[in-house]
Amino acid sequence: MAFIRVTSPHAHIATTTGDVMRWVILATIPGLVALSHFFGWGTIINIVIASVTALACEALVLFLRGRPVLFYLKDCSALVTAILLGLALPPYAPWWIVFIGTASAIILAKQLYGGLGYNPFNPAMVGYVILLISFPVEMTRWAIPETLIADGESLPSLISALQAVFIGNTTGIDGFTGATPLDLFKSQQGLLVEQITSENSIFSLASFSGVGWEWVNISFLLGGLFLLYKRAFTWHAPVSMLAALAIMATLFYDGGSSDSGGSVLLHLFSGGTMLGAFFIITDPVSSATSNKGRMIYGASIGILIYIIRIWGNYPDAIAFAVLLMNFAAPFIDYYTLPRTYGHTKSERATRSRDQ
Amino acid sequence: MTEATVDTITEATTEPSKEPTVNYGEITKNGLWTNNPALVQLLGLCPLLAVSGTVVNALGLGLATLVVLIGSNIAVSIIRNIVSDAVKLPAFVMIIASFTTCTELLMRAYTYELYQILGIFIPLIVTNCAILGRADAFACKNKIIPSAIDGFMMGLGFLVVLVTIGAIREVLGAGTLFADMQLLFGESARDWKLNILGENYPGFLIAILPPGAFLVAGFLIAIKNSIDSYIEKRRLAAQPKEIIKGAKRVRTTGVIN
Repeated sequence: MAFIRVTSPHAHIATTTGDVMRWVILATIPGLVALSHFFGWGTIINIVIASVTALACEALVLFLRGRPVLFYLKDCSALVTAILLGLALPPYAPWWIVFIGTASAIILAKQLYGGLGYNPFNPAMVGYVILLISFPVEMTRWAIPETLIADGESLPSLISALQAVFIGNTTGIDGFTGATPLDLFKSQQGLLVEQITSENSIFSLASFSGVGWEWVNISFLLGGLFLLYKRAFTWHAPVSMLAALAIMATLFYDGGSSDSGGSVLLHLFSGGTMLGAFFIITDPVSSATSNKGRMIYGASIGILIYIIRIWGNYPDAIAFAVLLMNFAAPFIDYYTLPRTYGHTKSERATRSRDQ
Repeated sequence: MTEATVDTITEATTEPSKEPTVNYGEITKNGLWTNNPALVQLLGLCPLLAVSGTVVNALGLGLATLVVLIGSNIAVSIIRNIVSDAVKLPAFVMIIASFTTCTELLMRAYTYELYQILGIFIPLIVTNCAILGRADAFACKNKIIPSAIDGFMMGLGFLVVLVTIGAIREVLGAGTLFADMQLLFGESARDWKLNILGENYPGFLIAILPPGAFLVAGFLIAIKNSIDSYIEKRRLAAQPKEIIKGAKRVRTTGVIN
């Protein structure tokens, strides 16, 4: 009688890459709904442009490399990159911004390194950083949330949104752009936290963070919890990142003085914190591999985010922090090899004779 | 020509191993393509990446490097039989440093603005490994004329790559080509500026920043490699295939070595 030897995990059905990617896409829906509710059609248009670009670029490069095109397109990884980038970009960004960002994410950051599984950096974040460095004006022009729009006006219609994106006719849009909570907080450093929050309606009308942004972040948190339930990733990286960010924010809150870095809730529930925590840093390819490694990886990202937000030149810092730690991920892996079952000590990557 | 042959013979009798035969076609091909300092040897990357933001910067630094490379190759070739191995490298570095200083003073005299723009990268020509590499690999083993030609061709290969990267980065980054050429060629060159991508081009900033240099250089290397592999494929295809006679057996057991 022959026994088939199968290594663990002993699952009934194998979870394919495509399944995980489709869960991720599904999990972004709450965030997308929240973004669209508060900022209008912009994000959906971003995602559509980004998805078309990503699939086209991926197909083109796969064809040039002589790889099976449909096989790789069907794993939806290009689509995930496109959706994450589309969510991160400011709504109503000109179409060429989205196009350049997605094309560089797929071609430069993913395919030139060898495609899915070989990219040392998170493709969506590479695309985002290239855009942020190259087109600072367009990239810092966020829409204002629906709650703050003056009485008698409403969010831009689909037509004027499309006009702004494709023709560059921003007359219907200009009244709807404004600073994000983190932007505002950064530009008004030097005032007391209480003053900042009472004088700016984006804070004073909010329940605990910034108008709109708090709900966007809560929605991404919900999506992230769904992925956690589905075991698309382990809790280590997101939890340690959020914890590190919270600890940094507590340490430097400074009682709300003019030197304060802002409240813990502001840091956890504004900008791209939750999107980053559950959708970006959990990328299995570019992050650390072992659980211990992921804790270190996530915590370092949390600390870096706070450092760049408060003492750096950019109001939000998810992309930079993630890219910096992507560099460090192999190094973290090198020192955090897990213990093999049956061995008392984990094997050191730095093997020396005297051990 | 006759003198040169006589020279080669006398040299060859005194030091038979030190004087390889010289093929100028080979030197040219090496410098410009097969052994290009920027694309193949990857030497001198620091100036290559740092000052190739515009054509004029690239051309200025490329010409300066070219002058230093020719000068140092000639000087090293002259003293090649006098210096001992122990002091060879310090002597080469001294020679390169003096030529760099000369170039720096010349640029200060005639192209002062460009001198200020290029800044530290002119003195840093001393540290360009392409120059020391050629002195050590070629000039100290060859006679003056071949060394000068080698210096010229290597410098030209470096210059061409530098200017290509500069042009690509300038077009992508600012939408212009040949802007500010008056820094190098006098006032009449002011109108050489071409607005390739129109007046309203927003400017792709990353092309001008250091990452852009890495990207463009990487793409150029990739293009060169793909051309090389295409040529190689053509060459192999043109070769008549060798037919192996006799029965062939497929080995299915044992260790395949």
